[in-house]
Amino acid sequence: MAAVGLAVMALAHWLSVDYFYFAAYTILQFIVLSTAWNILGGYCGYVNFGTAAFFALGAYSTVFWHKFFPMPIPVLIVLGAVVSGIVGLGMGYLTLRLRGAFFSIATLAMAVVFQTLVVNWDFVGGSRGAYIIHPENSEFAGISVHYIEYLFMLMLALALIALVTARTIERSQLGYGFATIRDDELAAEACGVPTLRLKLIATTLSGAFMGMAGAPFPYYIGYLQPQSAFALDYAVNSIAMPMIGGTQTWVGPLIGAIVLGSAQQYATVTISSAANLLIVGLMLVAFVIIAPNGLLGLFEQIRARKKP
Amino acid sequence: MTALLHVDNISKRFGGFVALDGIDLEVEPGERVGLIGPNGSGKSTLVNCICGTLQNETGSVHFDGRTMDGLAAHERTHRGLARSFQLPRPFHSMSLADNLRIPLLYTVHARSGPLRSAADIETRCGELLKMVGLDNKARRRPRDLTQVEMRKLELARAMAAEPKLLIADESMAGLSHSEIEDILTLLKQLSERGITIILIEHIMSAVMSFSQRLAVLVSGKKIADGKPEDVVRDPEVVRAYLGQ
Repeated sequence: MAAVGLAVMALAHWLSVDYFYFAAYTILQFIVLSTAWNILGGYCGYVNFGTAAFFALGAYSTVFWHKFFPMPIPVLIVLGAVVSGIVGLGMGYLTLRLRGAFFSIATLAMAVVFQTLVVNWDFVGGSRGAYIIHPENSEFAGISVHYIEYLFMLMLALALIALVTARTIERSQLGYGFATIRDDELAAEACGVPTLRLKLIATTLSGAFMGMAGAPFPYYIGYLQPQSAFALDYAVNSIAMPMIGGTQTWVGPLIGAIVLGSAQQYATVTISSAANLLIVGLMLVAFVIIAPNGLLGLFEQIRARKKP
Repeated sequence: MTALLHVDNISKRFGGFVALDGIDLEVEPGERVGLIGPNGSGKSTLVNCICGTLQNETGSVHFDGRTMDGLAAHERTHRGLARSFQLPRPFHSMSLADNLRIPLLYTVHARSGPLRSAADIETRCGELLKMVGLDNKARRRPRDLTQVEMRKLELARAMAAEPKLLIADESMAGLSHSEIEDILTLLKQLSERGITIILIEHIMSAVMSFSQRLAVLVSGKKIADGKPEDVVRDPEVVRAYLGQ
């Protein structure tokens, strides 16, 4: 996987087109978000509508530290992850006794609460938003690189970390435990699985990765306002991408994010940026009808049919 | 006298409905106890209170010399209490072998430390499936199973946790005569290995041939407890089952 990462990086550097970085950054960001969502939504079966809140908390943690005590972005990413991870743990503690739609509604409500808090907090810009001026170039391993290239490399690293974590979980005892929660919590408890503890691990991990994805965002966008950080796009996309790719393995969110993310970037350039959510909506409806288990499920079905 | 399971004055109500009303029950190590009662008499509620799925309002449960009060269901499983569900609840997205892997990973590991290697777990899953005669379906999913196979999987999964006490909640309901014999043979084998078993069942022939002792619940109260042949002649039990 690291080799693939290096190859993408080399290709990008060789192409050296700024737009490529901007587009690829967005897709990578969605790889992180959808992988993070899938840890709770796909593995454990708890549908989280509050992705935007965790993402925005990561972003606003960066804005806060940028004003309070500036630090390098990698440190800010860790701090964003810590903030969102703690909020994830808290949310889990308060809401995980709810099941199904009730849990989802609670996460949605939480996103609204945090947006209201940020809008009314002047230090981080309130409803006016906050400007983050970043330098033109940045040092990376002793070489001066364009800033967007630096951000792109950071996000690539985050995507790799998220994917490796998801893959490791899937093949571990933790992954089996998560799957029992998705299938039947009562039976899981009867088999000795500490379901509440595992769910808290899942919400914390999931939240932390979303915060990680959000932390570099203010530097990417330059001007952060609550509407863009808490945008509906994040919640919808991070659900749609794993659904389209397949929720049972780490590959699903990756495929979904690449397919849907690329389609959106293409639509933004050729049609209009407003076509984004329309595409997500149409694809989600299509997949729910045609391939409820995502692209991976569809492939498996075709393979099973070929084999008599 | 040291009972393995000691249920003391357990009560449970759902709103205004009293599901359990001061139940006492003692089970000795190695015993085979049958628990019977008409529909809605509180049998499953009692099981749920013993296993920690529901919290009882009064009374306490002692198991293996220690109190179980306040423990979550999974902690009780770690202490050596296993159950099968009335309606089988397999993990649908997993193969049969993986279904049995869960209690091995989470209960046997937690109890005796991570001693088992991946190969050991694999072997143990195979043994358990062989015990219930499902070894040729190890890679299949639960949805491919028949009703009786599903019950066997349920029992195998409870046994995978290596319990001291197994509570089998209506593991024979809806099965044919020969299938009931299958399950009974299986339960008797487990009993011979020294596992204490509480059998909850409607099918009287099965309960009578299996149990050394019989307890009867009616409307949340225990109305009889003793030798099976005495209990079924008890006038109160006859009245509860057949009416006046």
